[in-house]
Amino acid sequence: MRQAGELDESVLELTSQILGANPDFATLWNCRREVLQRLEAQKSPEELAALVKTELGFLESCLRVNPKSYGTWHHRCWLLGRLPEPNWARELELCARFLEVDERNFHCWDYRRFVAAQAAVPPAEELAFTDSLITRNFSNYSSWHYRSCLLPQLHPQPDSGPQGRLPEDVLLKELELVQNAFFTDPNDQSAWFYHRWLLGRADPQDALRCLHVSRDEACLTVSFSRPVLVGPRTETLLLMVDESPLAVEWRTPDGRNWPGHVWLCDLPATSLNDQLPHHTFRVIWTAGNAQKECVLLKGHQEGWCRDSATDEQLFRCELSVEKSTVLQSELESCKELQELEPENKWCLLTIILLMRALDPLLYEKETLQYFQTLKAVDPMRAAYLDDLRSKFLLENSLLKMEYAEVRVLHLGHKDLTVLCHLEQLLLVTHLDLSHNRLRALPPALAALRCLEVLQANDNAIESLDGVTNLPRLQELSLCNNRLQQPMVLQPLASCPRLVLLNLQGNPLCQAVGTSEYLAELLPLVNSILV
Amino acid sequence: MADNLPSEFDVIVIGTGLPESIIAAACSRSGQRVLHVDSRSYYGGNWASFSFSGILSWLKEHQENRDIVNEDPAWHEQILENEEAIALSRKDKTIQHVEVFCYASRDLHEEVEEAGALQKNHASVISENPTEAVHSAYLPSEDESLCTASCEMLTEQTPSSDLETALEINNVKVTGETKKHDDKTCMKSASEEETSKNVPTTEGTALQPKKTRITYSQIIKEGRRFNIDLVSKLLYSRGLLIDLLIKSNVSRYAEFKNITRILAFREGRVEQVPCSRADVFNSKQLTMVEKRMLMKFLTFCMEYEKHPEEYKAYEEITFSEYLKTQKLTPNLQYFVLHSIAMTSETASNTIDGLKATKNFLHCLGRYGNTPFLFPLYGQGELPQCFCSDSLPRNSSPSTKICFHQSSHFAWHFFQLTEHEFSPWMCAVFGGIYCLRHSVQCLVVDKESRKCKAIIDQFGQRIISKHFLVEDSYFSENTCSHVQYRQISRSVLITDRSILKTDSDQQISILTVPGEEPGTFAVRVIELCSSTMTCMKGTYLVHLTCTSSKTAREDLEPVVQKLFTPYPETETENEEVEKPRLLWALYFNMRDSSDVSRNSYNDLPSNVYVCSGPDSGLGNDNAVKQAETLFQLICPNEDFCPPPPNPEDIITDGDSLQSEASEASVILEANSETPKGSASLGNPEEASQ
Repeated sequence: MRQAGELDESVLELTSQILGANPDFATLWNCRREVLQRLEAQKSPEELAALVKTELGFLESCLRVNPKSYGTWHHRCWLLGRLPEPNWARELELCARFLEVDERNFHCWDYRRFVAAQAAVPPAEELAFTDSLITRNFSNYSSWHYRSCLLPQLHPQPDSGPQGRLPEDVLLKELELVQNAFFTDPNDQSAWFYHRWLLGRADPQDALRCLHVSRDEACLTVSFSRPVLVGPRTETLLLMVDESPLAVEWRTPDGRNWPGHVWLCDLPATSLNDQLPHHTFRVIWTAGNAQKECVLLKGHQEGWCRDSATDEQLFRCELSVEKSTVLQSELESCKELQELEPENKWCLLTIILLMRALDPLLYEKETLQYFQTLKAVDPMRAAYLDDLRSKFLLENSLLKMEYAEVRVLHLGHKDLTVLCHLEQLLLVTHLDLSHNRLRALPPALAALRCLEVLQANDNAIESLDGVTNLPRLQELSLCNNRLQQPMVLQPLASCPRLVLLNLQGNPLCQAVGTSEYLAELLPLVNSILV
Repeated sequence: MADNLPSEFDVIVIGTGLPESIIAAACSRSGQRVLHVDSRSYYGGNWASFSFSGILSWLKEHQENRDIVNEDPAWHEQILENEEAIALSRKDKTIQHVEVFCYASRDLHEEVEEAGALQKNHASVISENPTEAVHSAYLPSEDESLCTASCEMLTEQTPSSDLETALEINNVKVTGETKKHDDKTCMKSASEEETSKNVPTTEGTALQPKKTRITYSQIIKEGRRFNIDLVSKLLYSRGLLIDLLIKSNVSRYAEFKNITRILAFREGRVEQVPCSRADVFNSKQLTMVEKRMLMKFLTFCMEYEKHPEEYKAYEEITFSEYLKTQKLTPNLQYFVLHSIAMTSETASNTIDGLKATKNFLHCLGRYGNTPFLFPLYGQGELPQCFCSDSLPRNSSPSTKICFHQSSHFAWHFFQLTEHEFSPWMCAVFGGIYCLRHSVQCLVVDKESRKCKAIIDQFGQRIISKHFLVEDSYFSENTCSHVQYRQISRSVLITDRSILKTDSDQQISILTVPGEEPGTFAVRVIELCSSTMTCMKGTYLVHLTCTSSKTAREDLEPVVQKLFTPYPETETENEEVEKPRLLWALYFNMRDSSDVSRNSYNDLPSNVYVCSGPDSGLGNDNAVKQAETLFQLICPNEDFCPPPPNPEDIITDGDSLQSEASEASVILEANSETPKGSASLGNPEEASQ
C-alpha cells in the first residue's frame, strides 16, 4: 500500500487496529506519519483538527497499552511538533499522570523535557515537579537527572567561570537533600550518582598542555587537554614557525589515526637551522581557542613549554573545585555514615573521592586503606577498583614529580594494574614500572617522546604495543614478565636507539629460535639478555 | 411487617455490630436462612456512626432507655411446661458517664443574614437548601425517621436555652460555663437582629473579622456532615478485616482513605513520626545519623526472625529496655515504642514489641505511606457493608439510587425491611434484617438444654437452630458473674489540626502514653472533613483508652494538653497555638471482648455470644470472633467466600439487565473518587 501510494484514512484505520494491540511497531507508525503528512495538504483546517484530536486520543490509548513504547512517544513528539497551536498544558498534565503511575518511566520523562522545552515552562516549576516526585520516592534517576539539568539553568554562572556549576548556597541545599536520601537508604544508587554530580566539576577548559620541539628528531609534539582528532575535516592546528605559517602533517605517536591526547609533526630542516639565535614555535588550536609557544635556543637539542600542572587542573575530574569546607563537611558526614554502615560500597567510594578532591597526597595512606575495605565488601568490582586505585596512585606520583621538577619517575612496587595519564609524561626520560601487576604497556606509552630508560620488571606484561616509535629509548628491561611469543617484540623494531634489552625470566626465553629471531628483528641492539 | 416474618430460620443473630454482621453475612453466603434483628433504631450497636443530630438523639435515646420498664409479662404465657426462658434485656447498660460540653459560641454573631433567616423562617431555609432537600427526600417516612425528626426539632429551636434543655437529660451534664455563655448569647443575638434590620448585610459582614469562627448553630445546621463513630478504630492495611473485605468482595460497598500521618506527643509538642522510607527521607526533625539508625532498625524489624542473634539475649526484658540496647537515640526509641509498636514502657516484652513493629511495617505501603485505612463516612459503615452484602442485589431501582446517593446504608435497609422484603430474596440470599425489632426472650428446651426459639416484641415465636446474641442483650441475671472492663471515649469537634501543615486534609493518629503507672495510653485519631465525618473547617477528634476511671477523668488531661477551650474573648490577632474545642463528648463504653463464655450463667450450647467493641486499634478481634463462631455454626464451610458472579445467578431478564448497568455505574463512580482515597479492588497493584 505504501509503495502504491495509497495513503488515506483507511491506512490509519488499519494501522490503528494493529498498533492498538501492540504499539511497538515502528514501520506502522511511519506509515501513519506519511498518511498524516499527505492529509495535511488535502484537508480543511476543521477536518484536520478533528483528525489530530483522534490521533492524540489514539496515542493515549496506545500508551495505556504500553507506557514505555518508544514508537508511541516519538509519534506524539512528532505530532505535537507539527501542530500550529499545540496544547502544551494538556501534555504536561498527561506526563504528570503517567509519572504518577510510574515515576521512573524514563520515556515519559524524556517526553516531559521535550514538552517543557517547547512550552518554555520556567525551570523553577519543573524543579518543583521533581521535588514532588523525589519526595514520594527518591529512588528515581530521572528526577535527579532532571534536577542536574534544571539547576544550572536556574542559577547561571558568570561567563568567565566554569559552566554547569552551582552557587554555593544552592549546592549546600542540594547536598542536604541528597544526604537525606543516602542516609535513609545508602544502598540506593541514584542518590549517590547525583551526589557525585553535585561535587563533580565541569569539563576543564580546552588547552594545549605541553609543546615540545626536538632538534635531533626534527619533530614537534603537542599534548592536549582532551583527546582530539587532528585532520583536515576535524580539528585544525596551525603551526607558526618564527611567526610564519608552516604546513605540516600531524600524526599520533603510535601511528594510529584516532583521537588522542598527543599529536606530532615532522619539521623541515629550515625551521631548525642554527643560523638564528632561536626559533619560536607557536601552535594554534582554533576549535579549542587555545595556543601555546615554545622556543628552541641555538645550541640546544630541545625546547619545551609546559603548564606547571597543579593537581586541580590535572586530575580532579571526579570531584571538584568547590570550597574545601563543603567537601570537608561532606567527608565528615560520609565517615559518620560509614561508621553506621561499614560495608556500604557507595559510601566508601564517595569517601575516597572526597579525600582525593580535598588533598590527594595528605590522604594517600587512608585512601589506600579504604580501597582495601571496599575491595573486600565488593569483590565483584575488584578489577575496577584496582584500576581506579592505580589511576589515583599514578596521579599522586605525578604530583610529587611535578613538585620535584625532575624528569625521572619511579612507579615501582605500587600494585598498579593499569597505566593512565601517560600524555602527562611527555618529558620523562627515566621510567620505572617494576614490581606491579601490569599486563600491558599500552599504546599511549608512545607519547613518551623523551624516554630513554624504561624498566618494567616483575609485572605480568604480555604485550608491548606502547613501546613503539620511541625515538630516544636506549634501555628496556622486561625481566620476569609473561611475554610468550617472540612476535610480541615486533614494536621494538621501531625504536631506533634501543641498545640494551633484558628479557630474562619470560616464557619466550624457553622457545626455540628466539635468539635468532631477535637478532634478525633487532639488528641494532647490542645486548639482548634472554 | 412483623406478621410477615417466617416462623423458622437456621440462624438468628441478635445485634448488628461488626462481628454479628460478619457472621450474618457469612451464614447467608453459606446458604443459611438468617434473621438479623436489632432492637435499636440504627445499625451497628456500639459500632454505629451518627450525624451530629443523630448523636444528640442517641444521647437522648440512651437516657430514655433507662426508663424502660423491662418486665413485660405477656410472653411468659407462651412458655410451655417443658421449656424455660432466658429473658433478654431491653436496657442498654453499656454506655455510662456521658458528659457533653459545648464551647462553640451559640450566638449568631458571624452569619447575620443566614442566621436571621433561620430564626424567622427556618422552614424555607431547609427547603431552599438543596442538600437538605435530598436528605429528606430519601428518608422513608416521618415516624421512622428518628434522625430527621430530631434534626428538625433541633433546628426549630432558637439555638440557645431550648437546646440546652434538650441536652440536659439525665446523666448528661452541661457545664455552667456554657450557661453563662448563653446568657450573653441571648443579649447579643437580640441586638444583632436589630442591626441586621437596619444595616445592609454587606457592610455588616465587612465589619466582621476575616476569620469566621464556627458557631454551634453552624454545627447544628451542617449536622449531617458529621459521622461520629461510637468506637474509634482504624483498619490495618494487612489486617484480617481488610483481607476479609477483599476476599468476600464486600470492599465494593466501602471506600477508604489512608491515614496520612503518625504523630507523637513529646515534651509538650506534637510532631510527626517518620515511619516510611519517604517519611524518613523528608523528615526535617531527624538528624542524618538518626535517619540511618531508624531505617536500619526498622529494616531489621521487618525480618527480625531471621536474625535471632540480635534479640535472643533480650527476650526476657521489656521492649523499651531492649530499645535502649539498640543504636537508637532517645527520640527514636520513643517513636518506635509509642508510635510504631504502639505499646508502653511496661506493657510488652521484646518479642511482642518486635512483632508489633513488624506488623506495622508490614502494613506500610500497601495502600500508602502509613499502615492504616479509615472508611469514608466512618467506622459505622463497616457493619452495614456486611449487612448489605447478604441482601439481594436486584432490588428495585429506586432503592439502588438511595444506595448510591447516601452513604447512610441504614436508611436504605430500613426501607427494604419495612416495605420490600419478599420471601423470594430470602430463598436466594437468606437474610432478613429488622431494626427496632426486639427479642423478649430465648426459649430453651428443658430436656435437651438447647435453645429452640425466640419470642419477639410482638409475641411471635420464631424457631431456629443457632442463636447469636450480642453481649449487651443479656439481662443482669445472665451476666451476674461477668467482670467487664470499660473503654473511655471522648469525641471532640475542633477548629484546626493538632499539627498544622500545608494541607488541612490530614488524617492523623497520635498515641499519648499514660503518665502515671497504672494509667493507659490514650489513642487520639483526628479526622479531617474529607473523611466525610465532619463539616468543612472542623476536625473530628476521637480519644480512646482503657478505663481506669470515668471517661472524663481519664481523658480530660490529654484533651487539655492538646486543645484549648473555645475562648470567649479573643482578639483576632492573637495566634492561639492549640486547636480550639468547639464541642466535646465523654462516655464510657463496656468492653466485653475478653469475657469468657463460661462466665455467663446457664447458656445453652447453641447460643453464642458476640462481644461489643474492644479497645484495640484494629478490628482483628471482631473478625477472629466472627470466624470462630461461624465455624461452630457451619463447620467445614468456607468463611465468606467470594460471592457468585451476578451473571451466574439465574433471575428474570429485566432485573439482570438493571443489575449489569448498575454495576458499571458503581465502577464509574469509584474511578471518580477524590485522589488519595484507596480502592481495595486491586491491592497488589497498589503495593507495587
